[in-house]
Amino acid sequence: MERTIKKMADQPTTTERFIQGILPENPVYRQLLGLCATLAVTNNMKSALTMGGAVAFVLVCANVITSLMRNLLKPHLRIVIFTLTIATFVTIADRFLAAYMYQMSKTLGPYIPLIIVNCIIICRCEVCASKQPVITAAADAVGQSIGFTLAMASLAAVREILGTGMFFGLRVLPVAWPDWVIMVLPPGAFLTFGILLGTLNWIDSLRAAGSGKK
Amino acid sequence: MTAIQMEQSFGQRLKNSNIVQAWLVLTLALLFGAALAGIQISLAPTIEANKINETRQKVPELIFGKTRALEMAAQNKNLHVTPQFIAVEKQGKKVFYNVFKADMDGKCVGWVVKTNGQGYADKIELLIGLAPDAETITGLFILDQKETPGLGNKIVTEKWRSQFIGKPTGTRLTVTKTGAVTDTEINAVTGATISSRSAINIINTAVGDLKGPLTAKAK
Repeated sequence: MERTIKKMADQPTTTERFIQGILPENPVYRQLLGLCATLAVTNNMKSALTMGGAVAFVLVCANVITSLMRNLLKPHLRIVIFTLTIATFVTIADRFLAAYMYQMSKTLGPYIPLIIVNCIIICRCEVCASKQPVITAAADAVGQSIGFTLAMASLAAVREILGTGMFFGLRVLPVAWPDWVIMVLPPGAFLTFGILLGTLNWIDSLRAAGSGKK
Repeated sequence: MTAIQMEQSFGQRLKNSNIVQAWLVLTLALLFGAALAGIQISLAPTIEANKINETRQKVPELIFGKTRALEMAAQNKNLHVTPQFIAVEKQGKKVFYNVFKADMDGKCVGWVVKTNGQGYADKIELLIGLAPDAETITGLFILDQKETPGLGNKIVTEKWRSQFIGKPTGTRLTVTKTGAVTDTEINAVTGATISSRSAINIINTAVGDLKGPLTAKAK
């Protein structure tokens, strides 16, 4: 009992949860979660942002519902309940896209239903929503969603510009630009992700070295 | 004494039973199921309409070609499109085709066939425009495909699709890599012979199956 109380007190606050998701614990660049969707739909900005929006919707709803039920959860049945909740909201998002953003839903294809198995969401339910109150869980979900969307946008910007010379479907590079087709193909996702992740780690290590000298 | 013991053990058993432990899971499943059914009922007509609309919008272009379709739209001439199912008996199995009949001023002006088949990566879904007598192909449109970007997905380009306009339906179309010479040859997309061949096979099958029924219907 004492241990649980101590554990509760150790939980990050609402503001901390919100900020953590954006950069310090960015789901893509720091936790390396949900990479399947990240790599698959970032070949243009539009689909990356739609995906970000869909994940945000599912994450916020799942976190809020899970947090409301947190005192009823039984340890050995919690994953079933998380999955059930997530699957419901993913299906809602999928049907909604098919009804009101038909072209986009065709472009994203199976990746919207696949949000069900996106580890970011189940991770947030487990780490935060099943232990903390609704407000904190919601803030956590919003923070993580912003982090995820920013990461998707950074990858998509590089891939779309280099791969097609366009940004949001508008031409930004001269027509003479030889489109690096590989950037919009799957290998381009790995290349871009590796380089961006490496750059972030490199900046971090420079910073750490800088603060260490002081 | 023994009665109380038995009662306790029954209560204990009830508490330990899997069904009772899973009450939250079962309740949620029912609630979520009901919510999803509601969403499906309210959104399904819109989703279905989206799919049919996409096909309908393409009908004039597939039958008359792009230039005339634009002219007709400018003159506000509308085609009357009626979707119908045509069943074809094939090797003892019934195959259903989704066919759109286009009428103008009470006369059949052409057909649009919606069909799909295996491509290189995934299913290719396409629309084939046919003349009223089903003797010639009047247009082709790719509704859905997941072929390799930069190679196979070039089957959606107008340049490639326009090769099909005016092709006869009597003989099977074939793919060539060396430049089409005869009436029934189609140039493959460079580096994507499989995608090209898949698309042509889908067309051949659909046209072969439907030629008879459509010619009979147009009369």
